Amino acid sequence: MKGNEAMAESAIRAGCRFFFGYPITPQTEVSAYMSKVMPKIGGLFLQAESEVAAINMVYGASSAGARVMTSSSSPGISLKSEGVSYLCGSDLPAVFANVERGGPGLGSIQPSQSDYYQATRGLGHGDFHVLVYAPSTVQETADLIYMAFDKADEYRMPAMLLTDGMIGQMMEPVVLPDPIEKLPEKPWATNGTGMKRVHNISNSLYLDAQKLEDIVVNREKRYDKIRATEQKYEAYRTEDAEIVVVAFGASARISRNAVDAAREEGIKAGLFRPISLWPFPNDALLEIAKSARTFLSVEMNMGQMVDDIRLAIHDTRDVNFFGHTGGVIPQSSEVLACIQKLEAGEHVHMVPFHSRYTGGDQ
Amino acid sequence: MSTIEMTLAGFGGQGLLFAGKMMAYAGLIDGKEVSWMPSYGPEMRGGTASCSVVVSDTAIGSPIVTEPDVLIAMNRPSFLKFIDAVKPGGTVIIDSTMVEDRPERTDINFFAVPATDIAEENGLKGLANVILVSKLNKELGIVSDESLKAAVPKCVSLRHQDMLEYNKQALEIGAQQ
Amino acid sequence: MAETEELKVVRPHALTDVPFSYCPGCGHGIVSRALAELIDEMGLEGDTIGVCPVGCSVTMYDFFSCDMVEAAHGRAPAVATGIKRVLPDKFVFSYQGDGDLASIGMAETVHAATRGENITVIFINNAIYGMTGGQMAPTSLPGQVTQTSPYGRDVKVAGYPIRVCELVSQLDGTAFAQRVTVDTPAHVNQMKKAIKKGIEYQQQKLGYSIIEVLSPCSTNWGLDPVGAMKWLRENMIPYYPLGVYKDVKANKEA
Repeated sequence: MKGNEAMAESAIRAGCRFFFGYPITPQTEVSAYMSKVMPKIGGLFLQAESEVAAINMVYGASSAGARVMTSSSSPGISLKSEGVSYLCGSDLPAVFANVERGGPGLGSIQPSQSDYYQATRGLGHGDFHVLVYAPSTVQETADLIYMAFDKADEYRMPAMLLTDGMIGQMMEPVVLPDPIEKLPEKPWATNGTGMKRVHNISNSLYLDAQKLEDIVVNREKRYDKIRATEQKYEAYRTEDAEIVVVAFGASARISRNAVDAAREEGIKAGLFRPISLWPFPNDALLEIAKSARTFLSVEMNMGQMVDDIRLAIHDTRDVNFFGHTGGVIPQSSEVLACIQKLEAGEHVHMVPFHSRYTGGDQ
Repeated sequence: MSTIEMTLAGFGGQGLLFAGKMMAYAGLIDGKEVSWMPSYGPEMRGGTASCSVVVSDTAIGSPIVTEPDVLIAMNRPSFLKFIDAVKPGGTVIIDSTMVEDRPERTDINFFAVPATDIAEENGLKGLANVILVSKLNKELGIVSDESLKAAVPKCVSLRHQDMLEYNKQALEIGAQQ
Repeated sequence: MAETEELKVVRPHALTDVPFSYCPGCGHGIVSRALAELIDEMGLEGDTIGVCPVGCSVTMYDFFSCDMVEAAHGRAPAVATGIKRVLPDKFVFSYQGDGDLASIGMAETVHAATRGENITVIFINNAIYGMTGGQMAPTSLPGQVTQTSPYGRDVKVAGYPIRVCELVSQLDGTAFAQRVTVDTPAHVNQMKKAIKKGIEYQQQKLGYSIIEVLSPCSTNWGLDPVGAMKWLRENMIPYYPLGVYKDVKANKEA
């Protein structure tokens, strides 16, 4: 199954019955799958007039109590960021996927991870976070989107699947999760009072500054709980690793091969793969930093995750960087070359332009 | 074999993506790690369609193949685009009905199969792709013959179940080339 | 002993006890009250979800006793779409001003209408951005002086006003479109009847209905309430003629 199709099917199994989409490469299979399946199971696929409309339809459907989803790719996510901010401000759960492509602007349509800052720092205006999950296989795409619906409902906030054109377009074997049997109650939903309760309001406007501060601070307490309990990661051959590659999503797949190749050469390399990008798995990475000598961040962007690694390990070790951007895919041989340099005591900060045009050298 | 990386390329409609899927599915049945990745976007519109297939004994890193062990080329633009990227010692199979060029390289195993003609002669129009995949597997034994046969019903859509038998015939003919 | 009939003004149950925040002389209060009365009269409060816009009626969620959802600027039709698709048997309305509906939210408006989205839209057209302090609106009249058209709306620079009812009545998904106003008691009654029709059409699942209400903004027009009504009559109604622009039932019966 293609990553995008596995995402769609798994979302349906998680109880999603409303999907509001808008075409954009390379996420279109998600919409296509939903449009094919939803009418047959009593669900709704609606193609909105824009990304902006789609996310606001999500807002309405979520407010009405439904499990609801939208998906897009980088330029479309920028448009959706308005609605994401409102969802957060109104404490509404929703799931959306960003099948990333190169940017900025119209960019390219090839796989990229250059929306890391956007996803983890602030996807819209205001003090807020969204849960961000980065799958590195088709299987994990299915697993994480399923979990995203549960987490979104649990914490009453949006959850994003941050994937890319590679994971979305590729086909791999996948075992899909069982359909969910019972959805959580939503007593806060605006689905009609039935004259049995006080009216519910979905709203993010507070003209009284003190009231808004109280609400934002309260929400931050929820975020603190998430930071403490929801860090997800995979540590691969890191127990005795001196050189730890940090990579997520597609670039982690490539880095894993490089780590294996380095181990064959006797280099003590490991891979730390953040699965939740927000919250970032700080605690485990800090623990690894106690025994590791140096870190190498491998990304399909200009090094946007380096800040988070440095913060996680309190800047106690060097954080090197290797990446490609714009839709160019790093090769595991390139990552291996970087690991070899680190083994030799050198530093690595390779920007894609150099690595591409000088055959991998600095 | 630890890892075989393949590029299959040709015109849209020649069934390269389908052929790639067959290889991937057969690998899956053999218990191997597999991935299949299409090219996408504007280049798919009317021009060259290609896909990357990886069949491996170990976890697959990038599903995007840039230096293939195997190239199947079903039109001239694909042949010209990918021939230099093939790894030394790699295997190149062309549909010689469609591609008149021959490689200048001597460090590859090269096979020219007039697959489109063969398909038409045998009443199997549109199944040149399957003939080439079968030829490839005969030469390299990437997957077992049984698995390749078993992959056919997995890849043929429900709408086209009437094509199952023709696909199996094409596999047999391909293995004789 | 002469009997005197006591005229009682009762607050509709569909309104909370939060006082309206509208300026004296504003038309919003009249329309909001009429809507609340209809929700009462039609027994809809427990089955109503309202969507309020960004604009002077932004805090409308505090005024109404039914469930309410605050939308982003211009997005009320999209939000209402999401709600209505999940809850097709509930009454869903959006309440929007001219900037919200006809400028930033024009795409959402046109597409909700053309989809025949089964919602009722109450559109307050006062030819100005009220909440932000009197800037030019998509419905500001040619020559109209506003904060951002201080020399009068120059159509060579700013273009022409949009006639919303005329526009959406061209779309097949629109079931009902009527322009009304609130300058006289008779017109107020007509306005209430039009909204009632919009609600009924939604109950009959006929599609998108819009009631455009020409409404005074004495504060930002710089006129006293009576002067504002006069300005509305003399300037707005000629440019925006009152009447039914689309009625699928009338068309069928004709």
